[in-house]
Amino acid sequence: MMRQGKGRFDSALGFSELTGPIGWAVRGAVYALLLVVFAGPLMAVVVGAFSRVPDPTRLSLVPDQFTLDNFTRAFERDVLLYLLNSFIVVGGGLLLQVTVSVLAAYALARKKFPGVHLVLLLILSTMMLPEEILAIPLSLVLADVPVIHVNLIGTLVGMIVPVAAWGFSILVMTEFMKEIPVELEQAARIDGAGELRVLAQIILPLSRPALGVIGIFGFTMIWDQYMLPLLVARDASQFTLPLALRTLRSDDQVGLGVLLAASLLALLPSVLAFLAMQRQFMKGLTSGAVKG
Amino acid sequence: MTSTATADPREEPGRAGPQRPRPARAPGRLRRTRFRDPAAALLLLLPALVIFTLFKFIPMGRAVQMSLFEVRPYLGDRWVGMDNYRHVLTDPDFLDAMWHTAVIAVTQTAGAMLLGLAIALLLEGTARHLWLVRTAVFLPTIVTMAVVAEVWRVLYYPAPDGVVNSVLAWIGLGPSQFLNSADTSLSSVIAVGIWRHAPYDMMIILAGLAGVDRTLYEAASADGANTWQRLRHVTLPALRPVFIILLTLAAIRGMRVFTEIFLLTNGGPNGSTEVLMTLIYKLGLERNELGIAAAGSVVLLAVTVVLTLAVQAVRARRRA
Repeated sequence: MMRQGKGRFDSALGFSELTGPIGWAVRGAVYALLLVVFAGPLMAVVVGAFSRVPDPTRLSLVPDQFTLDNFTRAFERDVLLYLLNSFIVVGGGLLLQVTVSVLAAYALARKKFPGVHLVLLLILSTMMLPEEILAIPLSLVLADVPVIHVNLIGTLVGMIVPVAAWGFSILVMTEFMKEIPVELEQAARIDGAGELRVLAQIILPLSRPALGVIGIFGFTMIWDQYMLPLLVARDASQFTLPLALRTLRSDDQVGLGVLLAASLLALLPSVLAFLAMQRQFMKGLTSGAVKG
Repeated sequence: MTSTATADPREEPGRAGPQRPRPARAPGRLRRTRFRDPAAALLLLLPALVIFTLFKFIPMGRAVQMSLFEVRPYLGDRWVGMDNYRHVLTDPDFLDAMWHTAVIAVTQTAGAMLLGLAIALLLEGTARHLWLVRTAVFLPTIVTMAVVAEVWRVLYYPAPDGVVNSVLAWIGLGPSQFLNSADTSLSSVIAVGIWRHAPYDMMIILAGLAGVDRTLYEAASADGANTWQRLRHVTLPALRPVFIILLTLAAIRGMRVFTEIFLLTNGGPNGSTEVLMTLIYKLGLERNELGIAAAGSVVLLAVTVVLTLAVQAVRARRRA
């Protein structure tokens, strides 16, 4: 195997292997351009949130007259309440979603039963039924949940329960559990462990990597929900932060700085979660993509 | 379950995978699991199935049902057969919205994939600084759409000294009205979508690039192929499955486009960016035309399903 010059086929284009002063200059320019185009707008939010920005033409990548006023004024506009609502929804939703996914995946990966294919097909088909397309009937169902006849409109529960099951998480978890050797489980069963104990003590600890994947994906998925809170919220006291941005923008009393401060608070949680769990995220990205 | 170790070690993974054929097993074991497994499976799957039934399947059924009625709260629904569908498929507003949706779906998908491919090729490699640039470039995908929309409304500020207009001025273009003019609103909205989705496509393509057999590159360059030929004949064919996957995801994503339109233009100005979902939302929740809105949803759903199945069929045929 000829492997002369390590990294000669490190990439298809060979762009990242350009050397010499010109090569470095070209690469530097391209990377800088990409950073400005893709990260620049988000950087402008960060900078703007801490600056006195009277109008959109004064947006910049360098702080101008540092201030925390935007945040204090945002808090006067209940932004902390919206943030709290967002955290309640994402916390409750994620807890339920992970639990439901683990239980379902354990059945799909480990149990033999008639109709497995039907169940898998149903789960796959839910991924073609997003909140957007179902919006109108979903709002009716949320106003009068079948069988139990509860009205979830105007409650945070109404934003949590519909995301409590997510096909993507179930499928990722199922694929992962299938790879866990059955022998480990059988040993525990001889010792008389029941179903839930096997799941909690054998399967779950081994599933940590997959839990990370569905955790970070669930977090960003729920944090990015817009249609569901829009359908459920009746007044501002139930707004999640992403939902509240539109109201803040159209409020004449609120300046651009305040909107950017609130935007920063709305973008930070998912960005931080992503940065903390980047490895798991990339894993889920490729496995999820393969599943469609 | 008994602990009898199976003779063939490959039998166990087969047991775990419901899609694979069942291996032959001792009758005693079969009988014990036949009753225990289905009961346990049902209990374990119950939460997921209940949630899906309540918030996916029942709403879907309701949509189909409502689409056949003129829905009149307190008065009782009136059966109208296919009238709502006729309205959806002939009404100029709906036809415009379908056209805009299709334009957005196609151009955003193509734009994001091409840009994503270009960036992926530029940023492929194992060096630490490449990883940093990739992470930063990926951020638009992570940020919630509501923030993306607010940021771009600010960047698109239509005065000559707005941010994007300033950049355009450097290269001798603009100023543009962007979201404020019916001539530029649709392309402005599409650009935001490409900006947000290209980094996602980039990451998937990068994963595909990492899987390309390096010996093929070596063989190609031993045969005297230049970089372009290597790209054209080795890299791109190897990425075909990745492109098909991205196409499937984008088809579903593109048809249901809502949040960015709702926040950037809400369909305006003058209906120039109205898409199916914003129109359905307005009809259903603001004008109470529930039957027509439901028919629109069903049409949208049907298109999504057909698109998905079509891509899957292409995928299956390619593989065969």
